[in-house]
Parts: sequence; structure tokens; C-alpha cells
Amino acid sequence: MRESNEIRLTLQKDTFKVDVELNFPVGQCLALWGPSGSGKTTILRAIAGLEKVQSAYINIGAEVWQDSSKSINLPTFKRAIGFVFQEASIFPHLSVEENLNYAVRRNRTSLAPSYRESIVDLLEIKDLMHKSSAHLSGGEGQRVAIARALLSSPKMLLLDEPLSAVDVNKKEEVLPWLERIRRELSISMVYVSHSLDELTRLADSVVVLRGGSILSRGSLVEVLTSADALIYRDAQEPSVFIDGLVTQIDPKWHLVEISFQGGVLWIKDQGFKIGQRARVKINASDVSIATELPSHTSIQNIIPAVISDITELNHPGECLIRVNCQGTFFLSKITSRAVEHLALGVGRPIWIQVKSVALLK
Amino acid sequence: MQDVIDPSILQALLLTTELAALTTLLLLILGTPIAWWLSRTNSVLRFPIKALVTLPLVLPPTVLGFYLLLILGPTGWVGHLTQGLGLGTLPFSFGGLLVGSVIYSMPFAVQPLQNAFEAIGPRPWEVAQTLRASPWDAFLTVMLPLARPGFYMAGVLSFAHTVGEFGIVLMIGGNIPGKTQVVSTQIYGFVESMDYQKANELAAFMLVFSFALLLPIAIWGQKLQINSK
Repeated sequence: MRESNEIRLTLQKDTFKVDVELNFPVGQCLALWGPSGSGKTTILRAIAGLEKVQSAYINIGAEVWQDSSKSINLPTFKRAIGFVFQEASIFPHLSVEENLNYAVRRNRTSLAPSYRESIVDLLEIKDLMHKSSAHLSGGEGQRVAIARALLSSPKMLLLDEPLSAVDVNKKEEVLPWLERIRRELSISMVYVSHSLDELTRLADSVVVLRGGSILSRGSLVEVLTSADALIYRDAQEPSVFIDGLVTQIDPKWHLVEISFQGGVLWIKDQGFKIGQRARVKINASDVSIATELPSHTSIQNIIPAVISDITELNHPGECLIRVNCQGTFFLSKITSRAVEHLALGVGRPIWIQVKSVALLK
Repeated sequence: MQDVIDPSILQALLLTTELAALTTLLLLILGTPIAWWLSRTNSVLRFPIKALVTLPLVLPPTVLGFYLLLILGPTGWVGHLTQGLGLGTLPFSFGGLLVGSVIYSMPFAVQPLQNAFEAIGPRPWEVAQTLRASPWDAFLTVMLPLARPGFYMAGVLSFAHTVGEFGIVLMIGGNIPGKTQVVSTQIYGFVESMDYQKANELAAFMLVFSFALLLPIAIWGQKLQINSK
């Protein structure tokens, strides 16, 4: 049986109450998602022991850090955590190298000398080593902070919106390295963010928070296609994320076939190999609905599905249709008039036409 | 040439330096935990403690000196204690001066230290602990180095303020040459005995000395502000 991380927290901060239970397998990345003020950061700080709680049970991979019923409460410095704060939190009185050494020197597990090197290589910060910390860019600072956190051999890496202080166009200075950490080191991670893009690239599962409690939870795809979560995407384009495998390559038309549970999608070849995992994002406005199999259309991806629910969007002229394609859900944004003209209703079999697919990884 | 420096002036200068140096040292040791506590606590006790520490700024030194005289004197409770320990009584001794100076200059040490700790904010302290540093370790390796400007400021201000104190020294130490006579009280003595020449020399020296002590702080304070922008 795989070990798991069990976290139960109850705490009160002024008038704000947090009451959550988070369980996830060791080595996975759990994302906490929700609007600001939903308790994401407070939960992360409570796991680290930086926040006073009323009651808590924190068991990380069979190591109990906190158990209020037994009065166990390890102080922060005795918990095997790595914490990456929102803003770069490099010690300003130490150089980059000394910042890393700070973690190494206090690491009680015997650290293989090659580990340090591999972390420095992984985050590509070798060239920054002798820089003074004042001269790091936001992205560089966060990479150093992540490396420093990893050098204390954490069992649990806690990341509190690590990219929020990084310029939008510099996020690519950090995000790929986080993906690499997730792939190459099997460290449990709790990732707080309100960026869908970051979550889809990093998270195994998502917990949606509102007002200190859990609104919904599940795999990324489940959570993002559930109607509850749509509340948070008012400002954004509703979309779904689909995981699949590359199953065919068509060299003539430079297309690849991605198979997912319930069908296939053809997308532009971007240097794929057969068998490679791929995650794609499909915006609801790029999905249209037909009641008969369309025959004369430029759209290549036409998939049979069944309507599972119809939600009116904020604008009364628009509806969001959720369709079930043998277990995989798609979202389609169409006009309310189209819903009426086509006599769409829950349970009706239809075809969806997918106009464009964005590849995420 | 040989009587350019009056031996009694030299004695007072030495005593003043000794008193100021010891007071500064004690204040940095005592002031640090107080400032640290004040910078992080949410306890309601912080208000009375803060007011108490600031009191010497507004209180006439004679008031403070008077009460110290009572408490430290042979009938006061501290006096009983020191006598019981075989230390005699503190008033009119160097020890008494030291106690008075430490209390009187307390705000000049605590305030800059507290400001320094508050300016650092809670983040570096938390970061250190997430990197497995115990609270002591985090304090010594992160908070102290980051608060260094505050320590310089607290040290210089405590030293300068102790050199410049008068009322409390007179109240609690008297003006005993070689024992409790410091520069400020000696100037007073010179003026009382109409020796304006010597009073002038010593007063001018004090003026230059204090200015020289504070000038680097003024320059440095500006630099710090520029750096933090």
C-alpha cells in the first residue's frame, strides 16, 4: 500500500474559520485553489507549524508532526518541510551560495555530496552562485529559494503562490523547473495558486476552497469540469483539460493522434513520440454542438457525446453545456438561442466539434 | 604645559568613558530581549511595558533619580537586598551611577533595536525555521546580522546619551571626584566655583565629541534609507 499524507486542520483567525481535511498519496502534488481569502495560505502555514491551530492532525508519510489529541506539536524547525514563500525570501545578508549552505548545514539527514550538485543543476543556478542576493531577478530569486528548500531534504514541499511575485512573462523562468522537480524527485507537494495554468502543469489533484472549507476536490479534470468550480472561472474562459497518450503520427499532414478515455483528438505535431503523455486544454468557446454528424466541415475533431447538464452563464444569452464523452467531459459555450433551436436537453446524444486544442505538456 | 590637563578633568573623562561604555554594553544585552519581545508580541502587556521603557524620555531626571535614591538607599527594598548580599548600598557609588544610567538611557537602546526588528519583518525569521534553524539559531544567524544597523544606532545613542546625562548622575551619584564625578557634573562644579575657563574647555570638548559621535549616524542613516529604497 502506498503511504499517504493525512492533514486535518481546524483553526480560527479573527472571524475566519478554517476546517479542512486533506489526504493525498506521498509523492503527489496537491493543489489548493480558490479566491484570495479562502484560506489557502493559512492552511499551508499551518502545515508548516507557522500558524496557531485549534486542533490538528498532520501525518506526513507515517511521521506525525502534529496530533492535538496526543498533544504532539513539532515546532517548525523539526518538521521536514521545504517552504517557498510568495516573494523571494533569500537572506539578504548572505550570498546565493551561503543561502544554500544555510540549508545544507542544518540538514540532519546525511546529504550525498552529489545531491547538492544535482539540485544546483536541476534549477540551473550555478551561474548565480556568487551573486549577491540583492542582484537576483524575481525568477532567479525563486529558483534559488526552491533549491534552498530542496537542500533541507523535505518530505513535503509547500509552495505558496511561488510565481505571484514573478513577472508574467518571466514565469517560464521558474515553472519548467517546478515541473522537473515534480517529475524527477518524488516529494509530496502542496501548491497554492489561483493560476489555472500553473495547476494544470503541476497538480495531480485539486482542492477547491471557499471561505476556509472545501468546496470540491478530486483529480484536476474532475474538479475543473464540475459545475461548482465554474464559479471561479467567471473571469476566465471556461475550459477543460484532458490527459491522453500519443497513439499515432501522421507525417504527411504533420498531425498526431491523442487518445483519451472516450475518443481521440488530432492536433498539430509538435515533435511528439508515440506513447508520450500529453495534456491538452480545450476552451468551451472552441467547442460547438451538432445534432447530426456534420459531413461538410473544416473541423477535424468531431466526437460523439451525451449532454449531461446545461448551465446558464452570467450573460443570459449564453449557456454552458457539459457533455459526457464516455467518461471524459467537455464544455461547450453556445448561445441560448442555439440551445432552443436545436432542442438540446440533458441526456440527448449529440456530436461535438472541437475547433482548437492547446497543448500543455 | 603640564597643567594643561587637570588630573581631575582626566579622572572625570575616564570615569565618563567607563560609565558610558559599561552602560552601552549592559543596554545592548538587556535591551535586545525587550526590543525583540516588543517587536513581536500581541500581548496587552506590551502597552505598559512600552510606556515604561519610554518614560525616561519625558520624566525629569530628578524624579527618576529621587526614586532610585529611595529604592537603592539603605531603607529601600533594593538597598536591603544589596546590603543583605554584602554589597553595601548603591547610591553615591559607581554601581549606583551604572544602574541609573542604564534605566535612564533605556529608550535610546530599545527604540532603535525594536525599529530594526520590526523593519526586518517576520519573514526571514520564518524562513530560517523552515530551513531547520532552531529559534536561537535563527536569531543569531539571521535576525542579529539583519538588525546590525539597529545595534550600531542603539550603541552610539546609548553611549552619547550616557555621556550627556546630568540630573540623574547628580541625584544618585553626588559629585564625588574620582568616584562619581563625570564630565557633565564636573562642568557644573567648575561653574559653581566660577572657574569659567575650565568649564569652557570641558564644555567645548563635550560639544565636539558628541557632534563627532552623531555625525556618522546621520550620514549612515541616510545611506540606509537609500539602500532600502
